[in-house]
Amino acid sequence: MQPLTRISSRAVYLPEPNIDTDALFPARYLLLMERKGLGEYLFRDRRFRADGTPIPGFPLDAPDVQGAQIIIGGPGFGCGSSREQAVWALYEYGIRCVLAPDFGDIFANNCAKNGLLASRMPASMIEALGSQAQAGATFDIDLETRQIRAGTIATPLNVADNVRAALLNGWDDTDIILAEDGERIAAFERTHKRQQPWLFEETP
Amino acid sequence: MTVNAKAPRTLYDKLWSTHVVRDYDDGSSLIYVDRHLLHEVTTPQSFVALDNGKRTIHRPASNLAVPDHAVPTEHRDQPIADPLARAQTERLTSNTSRYGIKLIDLHDPRQGIVHIVGPEQGFTLPGIFLACGDSHTATHGAFGALAVGIGASECAIVMATQCIRQVRSKTMRIDIVGTPSRFISAKDIALAIIARIGANGASGHAVEYAGPVVEAMDMAARMTLCNMSIECGARAGFIAPDETTFAYLEGRPMAPKGDNWNAAIAYWRTLASDPGATYDRTETIDVSELAPTITWGTSPEEALPVTARTPDPSREQNPARSARQQRALNYMGLTADTALAGIRIERAFIGSCTNGRIEDLRAAASVVRGRTVAAHVRAMVVPGSGLVKRQAEAEGLDDIFRNAGFEWRDAGCSMCVAMNPDRLAPGERCASTSNRNFEGRQGPGGRTHLMSPAMVAAAAVSGCIVDVRAMETA
Repeated sequence: MQPLTRISSRAVYLPEPNIDTDALFPARYLLLMERKGLGEYLFRDRRFRADGTPIPGFPLDAPDVQGAQIIIGGPGFGCGSSREQAVWALYEYGIRCVLAPDFGDIFANNCAKNGLLASRMPASMIEALGSQAQAGATFDIDLETRQIRAGTIATPLNVADNVRAALLNGWDDTDIILAEDGERIAAFERTHKRQQPWLFEETP
Repeated sequence: MTVNAKAPRTLYDKLWSTHVVRDYDDGSSLIYVDRHLLHEVTTPQSFVALDNGKRTIHRPASNLAVPDHAVPTEHRDQPIADPLARAQTERLTSNTSRYGIKLIDLHDPRQGIVHIVGPEQGFTLPGIFLACGDSHTATHGAFGALAVGIGASECAIVMATQCIRQVRSKTMRIDIVGTPSRFISAKDIALAIIARIGANGASGHAVEYAGPVVEAMDMAARMTLCNMSIECGARAGFIAPDETTFAYLEGRPMAPKGDNWNAAIAYWRTLASDPGATYDRTETIDVSELAPTITWGTSPEEALPVTARTPDPSREQNPARSARQQRALNYMGLTADTALAGIRIERAFIGSCTNGRIEDLRAAASVVRGRTVAAHVRAMVVPGSGLVKRQAEAEGLDDIFRNAGFEWRDAGCSMCVAMNPDRLAPGERCASTSNRNFEGRQGPGGRTHLMSPAMVAAAAVSGCIVDVRAMETA
């Protein structure tokens, strides 16, 4: 994945609680087997009617936030289905960072695997950042120093060390695990097999 | 970190610690995955990642694949009509064949929803760590397994390394006590829990369900309860295995046999929280007074007793919550302070990984028997697997449903996910045994009310939402 170091852009404020991954990426497009080209389906049913005409008023479509790379979300952002398409669609649309009081767990994991920073922040801070976003502030996010600056606010990012390292370096978990842990996995399996041999029998 | 070997441990501690391959400095761990379930929708990109990285599958026999999400639930004798769904289902066949992974294909009598097939085949076992590219994977926690939903990238990581990097969850115990009245099912209890703690209330937690009501539940009810864990944001939900669990598993095709069975039982009996073990959070829910519980809005937390009325957003203090309630009412075509009982429905759906087991079909059939589906309602029953369907037919349940006017379908996710031909038309209102009432979940513009199988059956024959407790059953 592409390394992520710094973001400088406007932010879109979506305070609605529990925006689920069905809203982010409707199920019918899951039949597509690609991971590219999905940006146009982001929030599809919130932004377009069935006949393809735009639904006015969705915050992502406001003229002054075009090109924004940051979403400030409400509690439960990305809850629901495990579909990684929600993250692929956000990424292709141009989003590189989502800040929210909390996230759907699987969604947050999927972000980390795709170069998208998901940072959990206290609800009061999210509201303050949301106000800055609505006032048109430019957000500067630095993953190296773990800082967010927006208008009068300077606050630390909340990001786990391993996620930060993976994002900064564009690392793929599989490469790291295979490079570092092959022996550990083999040793674990020997013990595990002694303790629970039935897990290693061939099943019919 | 020093660990006191004598300190009482929770079941989560035991399940977690027996799967740690490595602890990293930052508090995350490399966790060993015993079993991986695959379906056609979340894995095409995983196999592309394997292809691009020139990976091999670490342990092919630890994987099991079955198509369920995109497949139609009728006309199985014909090729799949939708070219995209057909291609996706064929891709699962070719991918699993290339990588040597066992596949239960669309024409196999065992085909069904991954979360019903895994337990049915004995692929799901106590004490294991199970992963699947599907958020309802917590279902398997009913067996005392640690079971988590993952994304497509993580599916590829699991297949290539047998491992996944995870952060230890906080622990939550939910004790379910009291004496549930007739018709109160695990679904009602799950919805009541979600309404109480919220759709993100268990975020970052692994939930252990315990207490006398859970101990008395059969495996189907336990699976329903664990299945809905994700709807309150939990990473996993699970129940300590007991005699009910062992009786369910004994003789299943992929369950241990002979000496292995005896050794497994002895190990599985150790899989319980020790007396005095402490949790990050505990909740107790008394279900003695619980009424059948249904959703009125577009989040599973927007659930109320069937005897209640829709909320009034003008009385909600938090502006974001008030706006959310108003939006949910508008989407659902409802107004504030409307009685839930009496809301007219056009569709009824019985099925899904939440409520597609034989016990669910029996509960629905007991209400349907001797009645007919209301003239303006289109109702369908979609068994969770081919084996559930076969069992239901052996018991004559299909006749009860068909004679009442229900459609009797083949196994799949069907109208729970609406990426197959089974979906609502815009504006249609559905009484549904599925797990999500999100906007558009059952089809763009569709309106979903989640409830138990008995409640959906009652709504189907009444033409509107009703309290099933008021109905005489045959």
